[in-house]
Amino acid sequence: MPVTVAEEWLNSCSGCEIAILNIGEPLLGLLSELNFVHIPVLMDHKYYGQVGEKTHLEIPEAVVGIITGGIRNEEHLEVALEMRKKCQILIALGTCATDGGIPALINLFDNQDLLDRYYRTTETTDPANPPDQVIPPLLERCYALDEKIKVDISLPGCPPHPDHIAGAILALLKGETPELPTKSVCDTCPTRREGKGAVKKVQRFTRNAHYQIEEPVSSMRCLLEQGWLCLGPVTRAGCSGSQGQAPKCISARVPCQGCYGPVQPKGNQLLDMLNALASNDIDYSSLIDHKFVLSFSGAHCRLNKNAAARPR
Amino acid sequence: MGRVINIQPVTRIEGHARISIHLNDAGGVADTRVHVMGMRGFEKFIEGRPAEEVPKIVTRICGICPWMHHLASNKAVDGCFDAIVPPAGHKLRELVQSMAYINDKILHFFFLAAPDFVLGPDSDYSVRNVIGIAQAAPDLAKQVVQMRYRGQMMIERFAGKVIHPVAAVAGGFSKPLTEADRKDLLAECQALLEFAKYAMELAKTQIFPKYEWEVENLGALTSGFLGTVRPDGSFTLYDGKLRLMKANGTYQDFTYAEYTHYLGEHIEPWSYVKFPYAKAWQEGFSMDLKAPKGIYRANTLARINVADFFHTPLAQAELEEFRAKFGRPAQSTLLYHWARLIELLYACERSLELLEDPEITDPHVRNEVVPTAGRGVGCVEAPRGTLIHDYSTDEKGCITRANLIVGTTHNIAPMNLSAHQAADLLIKNGQINQGLLNRVEMAVRAYDP
Repeated sequence: MPVTVAEEWLNSCSGCEIAILNIGEPLLGLLSELNFVHIPVLMDHKYYGQVGEKTHLEIPEAVVGIITGGIRNEEHLEVALEMRKKCQILIALGTCATDGGIPALINLFDNQDLLDRYYRTTETTDPANPPDQVIPPLLERCYALDEKIKVDISLPGCPPHPDHIAGAILALLKGETPELPTKSVCDTCPTRREGKGAVKKVQRFTRNAHYQIEEPVSSMRCLLEQGWLCLGPVTRAGCSGSQGQAPKCISARVPCQGCYGPVQPKGNQLLDMLNALASNDIDYSSLIDHKFVLSFSGAHCRLNKNAAARPR
Repeated sequence: MGRVINIQPVTRIEGHARISIHLNDAGGVADTRVHVMGMRGFEKFIEGRPAEEVPKIVTRICGICPWMHHLASNKAVDGCFDAIVPPAGHKLRELVQSMAYINDKILHFFFLAAPDFVLGPDSDYSVRNVIGIAQAAPDLAKQVVQMRYRGQMMIERFAGKVIHPVAAVAGGFSKPLTEADRKDLLAECQALLEFAKYAMELAKTQIFPKYEWEVENLGALTSGFLGTVRPDGSFTLYDGKLRLMKANGTYQDFTYAEYTHYLGEHIEPWSYVKFPYAKAWQEGFSMDLKAPKGIYRANTLARINVADFFHTPLAQAELEEFRAKFGRPAQSTLLYHWARLIELLYACERSLELLEDPEITDPHVRNEVVPTAGRGVGCVEAPRGTLIHDYSTDEKGCITRANLIVGTTHNIAPMNLSAHQAADLLIKNGQINQGLLNRVEMAVRAYDP
């Protein structure tokens, strides 16, 4: 008997859905064991009946529910509550769902600031009142899912690695709890570490890292030790998948951006990073924009419009 | 006022939309609106961020075309910092863009649009999807999944991250292409070119001929077009000048920085998204079906309409056949799909051409940049239309203001018009059914929003 699945995307970009497709050929095998009852990106099930005849938003019952994206407006909230009601096991897929993700950067601003800029002052816009008919009103900020509904499994990543998405689905099909990475990106990073160096300040990434292109990533010196703001120490592992690859940004020879969110659920990437810098004798005041460390985990009130300009 | 038919959510598109069809007392269509239901506010929240980090943030505008935002943003930052990108840096950016296009076209045509054509617009919703295709045509589905996967993984092997990339950087690219990488990509792109030829043939012989009525009528609209061309007027996705064409085929060319003189954005009280229009035509903005004003379209059909020719042979041969059949500019909305497959061919040909360029493996891929005050307007052609990122920075090189016009939004007004036209064409005496409402969605889906 195939397992029923409902999937929804809220304040998101569809990258998580593309990551599901990037499972590749095993996906076709998985699909025969899954019975999707609702997934707007691929399937035409409608909230209010197929010809819009119903008055209440309805999603069919499913064993597994998958939600990507955080909650930013009243429709997101309504859909999230309906998904919780109809799904036995609810997966928060991707860092927007688990920690707010990039869209939670908006928590640094008032809704009014946003609406004024977008509808009144951009260079090409004929200014007018912000729209307010039919569309769902914004909530006061951007929330992670678990701030509004109970989440059973958190699978972060921007996007989550297809290995872990497939692994989680397979585990659930067998009635098991999925095993997900719990370490930090540094723990999965093969770069060469030599210990504290001469670096005293964090540099901006205005030139390329030092490495030999014909050599593997494992022969490149740790990017934090090279003096870049690499968020590997404070970011949950997972982007390297389960086949022993190097972390993805490191493979591109670019510092970790922190896209899997904090190592510990609801941890604070900024506080942890300030500690990591201090323990390496690097002056944290050299960070040009410390809020940037929370780019992926600004929900749970981590980012707000009163955030201090400088860390204390 | 009669009842309102609510199609919610619009499905097999990227994003959150709803269509409301307003009927009059006689059961005819009085109005149709496509509402975009969310906003995230990238233009606001990149304010204050160090500009060189922004190309890694704005990727999250779209998980299907993150490379396009990544590249347009890098170009804008290059402009703010007065950076000179070395030739290999530009070529690697364009190479990855072309390869990302291949995957995007396969995704849209086969995963999102094809269920309407392969299974039929009236088939039951529970099978009218890619899973239904996997059951009805397992060999085709397997091939499509494999080819798209190979396309994604080849980018990932070279550039580290394919969804939400980081490898393009202010001043160039983060790593050069080795000879081993080049050979790997060459083999993959050759295989994808063969698949592109197969897809074009399949569509021309087995899919489009069955839907002549839909192609002729569904979402029909007469509009202008916006795209990018090289200095010689030929087709390009990566860099050139913008071309705004009127429905009569006359056009104006302009530089990226001049976009504010040519394009405006209108606001409607019932949709979060703004409605770009051709300000340069000085006729204002109107979505009146009988007398639309300022309406132009972007995305595949627009690009092949504004370009004088393709410089790659297979795409050029297809363009000649297309123009002989449909004229220039071609207007039928469902021809977006046909144009999409021509672009798939081009993307494969262009990737191969770049991979054969001796400069592509030049190790000098990035110049150091110096954060400073400035302004930069960066554009590329995203799959869904001309993508504009316009930033200003302060003396520390942090963003002070940003204005974005994102590919899909150019087509927001046209989508409203096409949905309205389709509803008007199909709904008589208030009679509706699932297949009919799906055809209204097909008029929207053609734009690949």
